[in-house]
Amino acid sequence: MSRRGMLAASAASAAVTTIPAARAKTASAQPAPSMARIALTVNGEARELELDTRTTLLDALREHLQLTGTKKGCDHGQCGACTVIVDGRRINSCLSLAVMHDGDTVTTIEGLGTPDDLHPMQAAFIVHDGYQCGYCTPGQICSAVAVLEEIEAGIPSHVTGDLTAPAEATNMEIRERMSGNICRCGAYSNILEAITEVAGRQA
Amino acid sequence: MKAFTYERAATPAGATAAFAKAPGARFIAGGTNLLDLMKLQIETPAHLIDVSRLALDTIEPTKEGGLRIGAMVRNTDLAADARVRRDYGLLTRALVAGASGQLRNKATTAGNLLQRTRCPYFYDTNQPCNKRQPGSGCAAIGGVSRTLAVLGASEACIATHPSDMAVAMRALDASVETVDAAGKARAIPIADFYRAPGTTPHLETMLEPGELITAVTLPKPMGGTHIYHKVRDRASYAFALISVAAVVQKDGSGRVALGGVAHKPWRVEAAEADMPRGAKAVASGLLAGATPSHDNAYKLPLVERTLAGVLAEAKG
Ligand SMILES: Cc1cc2nc3c(=O)[nH]c(=O)nc-3n(C[C@H](O)[C@H](O)[C@H](O)COP(=O)(O)OP(=O)(O)OC[C@H]3O[C@@H](n4cnc5c(N)ncnc54)[C@H](O)[C@@H]3O)c2cc1C
Ligand code: SF4
Repeated sequence: MSRRGMLAASAASAAVTTIPAARAKTASAQPAPSMARIALTVNGEARELELDTRTTLLDALREHLQLTGTKKGCDHGQCGACTVIVDGRRINSCLSLAVMHDGDTVTTIEGLGTPDDLHPMQAAFIVHDGYQCGYCTPGQICSAVAVLEEIEAGIPSHVTGDLTAPAEATNMEIRERMSGNICRCGAYSNILEAITEVAGRQA
Repeated sequence: MKAFTYERAATPAGATAAFAKAPGARFIAGGTNLLDLMKLQIETPAHLIDVSRLALDTIEPTKEGGLRIGAMVRNTDLAADARVRRDYGLLTRALVAGASGQLRNKATTAGNLLQRTRCPYFYDTNQPCNKRQPGSGCAAIGGVSRTLAVLGASEACIATHPSDMAVAMRALDASVETVDAAGKARAIPIADFYRAPGTTPHLETMLEPGELITAVTLPKPMGGTHIYHKVRDRASYAFALISVAAVVQKDGSGRVALGGVAHKPWRVEAAEADMPRGAKAVASGLLAGATPSHDNAYKLPLVERTLAGVLAEAKG
């Protein structure tokens, strides 16, 4: 649980154990859950779901579609473990409501490749040992695949020198563009090698 | 998160009409700030109006020779637009200095302007905070205020506005276009868009409830060298401690706006006359009337030194 999550949780328990009347009152005035039907294409398959509107895309994938490859880290868009690719773009699935994605196409780590038919980025992470515990890895790999596409598409980054020249897959560019994916084990140098190898192969 | 009902708006008029029917509703665009705050029950809307699919996602030339940026243009697309990169490099630089690639893919022009403060006490629902709960006090004053405001603050709130994009928009003299439920459109210069905290820090902008941002316009390009320097605790993926956005012309004249120092991007036009005289002169005008705390007094020399670096870089 994140520090913020912990603070929020302790605030909730304070409402039960101590007196703050105003807080207890708002807690009892909880409106009834609202449900919505949505359709998604996930890893090439059409899926329909009936969900509480509060469900994030991350929870829809993990809890409702049992696609547990995508991980919940901080649940606040800070760590990148929940990164998936929606309509061709990487996003934090924890900071997005599933209902907002009705009609969208989602690719998760399970859709990039399978154990028998690995995506080149998955294979490169294995060769270069781009992980230790592996928890951040699905997010790292989804992000890395999208990063190389963003460079191809000429999208600039904070370290791009000339804004009017095409972007290049240099070490500095890859590191900067991957900064939204945190690895607590610190496997960064191996992750960088894996991505660099795939970038070289693509070029 | 509190339960809420949800609808997807098809048109701007549909969005404002939906708000008129459900006062207390919120628009949601990229969701990267609002949803975060809803998870913490800092924001508890009973109804969400999804504006993310409105056809406000294009960047068009204006007849004055500038650009009209749709409210739903994603931060990534705005930063990557060829015209923005060529003529408003400051804006691209500020955008790519903010958040992460994933977040910029979702974050919108309007949502970025309206993102709320990162004051740690605003986020901690156990603490008094006039912005989160009007009248409850301010835990930041006398608390840990290292990241907080040194200018424009009040006795009720010393929060800073966290946006990088808004700092560039201020230096570029952008204007915010809106429409209300009655269909009335107006344009608010970004200089007047953010409210001073005063005694009502929960009121952050000049927008009326239910007023929808439709676009942000930029005046015609002004040339010059565009530089955005963001100083932060990490080299990437961290909010600004301070930032300097500058456009410097060949003759040394130009304009400067600061981020991370106030409730809004901070610009003092009168101080810009001193630009050819160097950073010390400009900084003294920009920072006049500052009220730093023990924790954030470092921001004043940091602004001056960062500005000196920017001016040196502009000279080449
Ligand atoms: C981990 C993390 C790091 C970040 N780092 C940075 C950083 O370094 N620099 C930086 O600048 N930002 C940073 N951000 C913030 C990010 O830029 C904002 O979350 C984003 O720009 C908000 O845009 P959105 O479209 O997702 O807004 P939303 O969350 O959808 O909305 C934000 C607010 O705007 C309102 N709104 C949205 N659209 C409209 C409209 N058309 N009219 C009227 N009201 C509207 C909503 O009701 C809501 O109140 C970071 C965020 C995270 C989570
Ligand atoms: S500085 Fe503003 S946002 Fe922070 S605790 Fe005080 S009132 Fe709240």
